[in-house]
Amino acid sequence: MNREAITVPPRGREELLVRLKETQAKFGYVPEETMAELAEYLDMPINEVYGVASFYSFLSTRPLGRNVIRICKSLPCYLKNCQMIIETVERELGIKPGETTADGRFSFRLTNCIGLCDRAPAMMVNGDAHVDLTPEKIAKILQSYK
Amino acid sequence: MPQQQVVLKNCGVIDPRDINTYLEKDGFKALGKVRQEMTPEDATGEVKASGLRGRGGAGFPCGVKWAGARSTPGDEKYVICNADEGEVGTFKDRYILERDPFTLVEAMAIAGYAIGAKQGYIYLRAEYHHLFDLLQNAINQAKQHGYLDGFNIEIREGAGAYICGEESALMDSIEGKRGESRYRPPFPTTVGLRGKPTIINNVETLMNIPQIMLNGADWFSKMGTERSKGTKVFSVSGDVQKPGVYELVLGSPLRELVEELAIAKNIKMIQIGGATGRVLPYAMIDTPLAFETVLGAGAVIVFDESRDVIDIVYRTMEFLTEECCGKCTPGRQGTEVMLEILDRFHHGEGAKREIKDMEDLSSVMMLSSLCGLGQAAPNVVMDTLQYFREAYESRVARG
Repeated sequence: MNREAITVPPRGREELLVRLKETQAKFGYVPEETMAELAEYLDMPINEVYGVASFYSFLSTRPLGRNVIRICKSLPCYLKNCQMIIETVERELGIKPGETTADGRFSFRLTNCIGLCDRAPAMMVNGDAHVDLTPEKIAKILQSYK
Repeated sequence: MPQQQVVLKNCGVIDPRDINTYLEKDGFKALGKVRQEMTPEDATGEVKASGLRGRGGAGFPCGVKWAGARSTPGDEKYVICNADEGEVGTFKDRYILERDPFTLVEAMAIAGYAIGAKQGYIYLRAEYHHLFDLLQNAINQAKQHGYLDGFNIEIREGAGAYICGEESALMDSIEGKRGESRYRPPFPTTVGLRGKPTIINNVETLMNIPQIMLNGADWFSKMGTERSKGTKVFSVSGDVQKPGVYELVLGSPLRELVEELAIAKNIKMIQIGGATGRVLPYAMIDTPLAFETVLGAGAVIVFDESRDVIDIVYRTMEFLTEECCGKCTPGRQGTEVMLEILDRFHHGEGAKREIKDMEDLSSVMMLSSLCGLGQAAPNVVMDTLQYFREAYESRVARG
């Protein structure tokens, strides 16, 4: 990050979460160097920056794939057999939850309730919601993410 | 009691992308009335008189909250709309925002006038990023029509944390911090966002405001029970034929919602209020849905006879353990120990004395946790121990 290029934020530390989300969107994770730069820029300890970066499930301190799949595992999806969807994604991608494909195209995680319970089982890929999932639908959905 | 459309009045009726369709349905009339005919005190008084209570789960009287922030001195005050519904099985706010973002914008402007705030925030959960543009568009159109003169609304997005639906954690998140619950008092109405007087209202709570202002507190308080006025929007999921969103007058029996509307069969139990909610056996299907009985944020998950009680309890506790912010010991350690014990029962390796241990731990957590998560986390264990004790006893392997 080029410090001179940024205007000093009016609300100081309050910018942190917004900046971390921007970094996540840009790099697919929050690199350690960026955390150090943000700490200096916002005049706060780096451990606090790390504390925030590691708190939220949509921020990652380790590199993720270009596309992040989040399959809901909470009860309403569980009752509609999300296990079947999880296994299908595992088979399609050859990875387990928490892992990233070798080509860096997909990361795959399990998540808690995403508020799509009326159309369970459901998942998100990046910011997109996919609902009423069946194993048959999975391959086609995955194909649309490059 | 019949279904009644108050909160969902415009859902499916207006075009959520076009303010003109909202204006045709009396849109922004309430705001006009409040600004022209009512003092801020009148507006706050009307909400108080209506008996409206918070729809996000806690059920705090909305008017009392508004009056608290109104009477606290200060030039800078904030209105926050909590659009971070993360309770397991809740999706009503998503449904509302998808179909009628304008009522919410109008309600926030009314709230701003009532408490003397110039700035409002909508805290939108990261999982609902797909609603961002629609919501921003509604704000922009309201602004273009002059309805937001003197009151600015900004959307702040979360980053994936259930706990940020808890109001004090939510404010910390807007301030760019980890979303951790704060010690109270002081309450947000005196020391809230950035230390300023703040009201935080759930989406559904705010959706009631314009109609209360147009039709009057008396009209509103005629609906419901003595302590639960108006309607409630329920999110029904699980073992039902018609999962979805239903609005009922408060006090309506659970049976009407799950059997008649959502078409559930062979019900074993129902979890009301999500992971921190209550569990009722089928025998209590005629329980009225109200703050004085069971309600929460209105998440209703139905489990049929084929479901294993311990499995459901285990998964509920797993959720709470993962989503606890970790600030207080009863919340952090309590959920974890509870999950360990439940794991043993899950595998049929429970010990008889551990049933008592869970009861003791539950009372400690209820008494000493910092926020609602830790205080209510034991509900699922306590309720199932009360109604399905044999499920635990059948998994006991030792003394």
